[in-house]
Amino acid sequence: MFASDIAILLPEIVLSVFAMAGLIAAVYTSKDGMAPALVWLTAALLALMGIYIGLTGEGSQVAFDGMFINDGFARFAKVVILLSAAAILLIGKDFMQRDDLLRFEYPMLIVLATVGMMVMVSSGNLMTLYMGLELQSLSLYVVAAMRRDSVRSTEAGLKYFVLGALSSGILLYGASLTYGFAGTADFAGIVAAVEGGASLGLIFGLAFMVAGLAFKVSAAPFHMWTPDVYEGSPTPVTAFFATAPKMAAMGLLARLAHDAFGSVVSDWQQIIALLAVLSMFLGAIAAIGQTDIKRLMAYSSISHMGFALMGLAAGTEQGVSAMLIYMAIYVTMNVGTFAFILSMQKDGRHVTNISSLNAFSTKEPIKAAAILILMFSLAGVPPMVGFFGKYAVLLAAVDAGLNLVAILGVVASVIGAFYYLRIVYFMYFGEEREGIDGKMSPLAYAGLMAAAAIMLLGVFNLFGVDSLAEAAAATLVR
Amino acid sequence: MGIADFTFYLFAITTVVAGLFVVVSRNPVHSVLWLILAFLSSAGLFVLIGAEFVAMLLVIVYVGAVAVLFLFVVMMLDVDFAELKAEMAKYIPMAGLIGVIILIQLSMAFGPWATAEGVDLLATPNATPEGAAHNTAALGAVIYDQYFLLFQLAGLILLVAMIGAIVLTLRHRTDVKRQNVLAQMYRDPAKAMELKDVKPGQGL
Repeated sequence: MFASDIAILLPEIVLSVFAMAGLIAAVYTSKDGMAPALVWLTAALLALMGIYIGLTGEGSQVAFDGMFINDGFARFAKVVILLSAAAILLIGKDFMQRDDLLRFEYPMLIVLATVGMMVMVSSGNLMTLYMGLELQSLSLYVVAAMRRDSVRSTEAGLKYFVLGALSSGILLYGASLTYGFAGTADFAGIVAAVEGGASLGLIFGLAFMVAGLAFKVSAAPFHMWTPDVYEGSPTPVTAFFATAPKMAAMGLLARLAHDAFGSVVSDWQQIIALLAVLSMFLGAIAAIGQTDIKRLMAYSSISHMGFALMGLAAGTEQGVSAMLIYMAIYVTMNVGTFAFILSMQKDGRHVTNISSLNAFSTKEPIKAAAILILMFSLAGVPPMVGFFGKYAVLLAAVDAGLNLVAILGVVASVIGAFYYLRIVYFMYFGEEREGIDGKMSPLAYAGLMAAAAIMLLGVFNLFGVDSLAEAAAATLVR
Repeated sequence: MGIADFTFYLFAITTVVAGLFVVVSRNPVHSVLWLILAFLSSAGLFVLIGAEFVAMLLVIVYVGAVAVLFLFVVMMLDVDFAELKAEMAKYIPMAGLIGVIILIQLSMAFGPWATAEGVDLLATPNATPEGAAHNTAALGAVIYDQYFLLFQLAGLILLVAMIGAIVLTLRHRTDVKRQNVLAQMYRDPAKAMELKDVKPGQGL
């Protein structure tokens, strides 16, 4: 029993042990001098675990009496989380070194946050859910405040912490109401208890829990922390925030919605649909006035979360599969875009103002073309891959009868296209001015080019992600 | 009213009143002291329902460690609590309104509170039967056996908290002279001192 449980949790255990061993090794040797090597090692291990999970897992297993579920859905989410965490570590390495921020705790905290995310998407119990969420959040609060001599970074960490603690409290309150109704914290038990229809108290619990999780995915109207935290945190950390934790929180939301409340779909469908519409519009409209690219990406992520939530709101297997496809594409686009943002510097200083991109295409045509592809993809312009993500969620919403939500989604997508295209406009038609240097570290360059290439080449078959996502969604929605 | 009921109301009223004074007292040190009283009386409540281990934990951890830490923080940090309170007073009408609305909504939910079938049986507290495992032993069995995974995850969370505290506060200052114990111990009088025979009237 115990041995098989351990076998199921092997990737998580390996990563946790690695984090502890890495900490001890660095403390007893050259401390921060070991950090670059640790980043390489960590990224390699994360990628290795991602490949291991992707290749070996079969079927659905539960560990520790149903507290931990290892099914196709969890594995899909874990592969995305692990690979994106590894990519972010690598593309951010040179930035961290340049700004003297690369401390040996950074990769270890990222590993621990990743372990938390893996637990989140695998949770089969309200308590496991909370433990995973806290492990992830607490690590993220710390890395947000990593640049401790900067007021902005400290403020970002503190703001994130206070609002995150509040959202955890809301989530816990909802969890306690749900527990009070169902008498069990197991998702399997909850779904059985809810079978006969939800009582008013349970709906309160559900609403509180969804609100708490909406904080974590930064869906409007719980998005207030996002722009400030994105702007204040060191840019590699911002890049991390925009990728892996988003996937984890969406995965957790999907798991909660389908595993624990799968029998009352209509009750949570309307909440999620409202969150989706609000996020899409807020993200699209509020980003128009932004001049800082990190703030712009924050609003962009809010808008993208709206689209992913729209897939979830469909409440069907097709919806979950569309959400997974969307998140996988979104994460890839963001890795590429942040690889570029990390390299935006002028006279050795990091700049984030979008007007510094003026006439970038004349200086660096290849890089500008890559950004062009990524921006078009983020905006959802066909034939880039980003379009297929939007298409999948819209199709799922229409098939589930959410026509109005789908129409609003298209409208928001058109509004949102404006600010992505504005970046392209600045690069290609902006007036000639002193812009950014355009130098990129090899790792960031590779990240940018790989993401742009995926956005182009994935058009043919999405690299099979759609069929994998379908198989993953089939294990979650029953 | 039996002695059990009497003690319950005694502890319960003390907890609520102490909680109120934590919020309203002007002096933050008094607030912490009221907080300790609230902890102690809730420990009494735990004893009443037969959870003596949790009661002891509450006294040791919260009163012994957390509250004392609060006391240190309150006394060491130079925070102007009067100003903070004045700042807060601005938001009280709005916060009060929202609080009342949520309260009404929640009471609407709790009024017709219904649980799923078979849950009522779980809701009645299971008094420790004769000869069953001791309170502490039962908790240990649950934590280290049934909830082993959660316990380990909680450990990881505490590890992150520790790393975070160190990352965010530890500074290696180079301008501070530190005591090097080993260097002091291995000092050799022969090397550290030099005896000079100064002749009277000459100087060095």
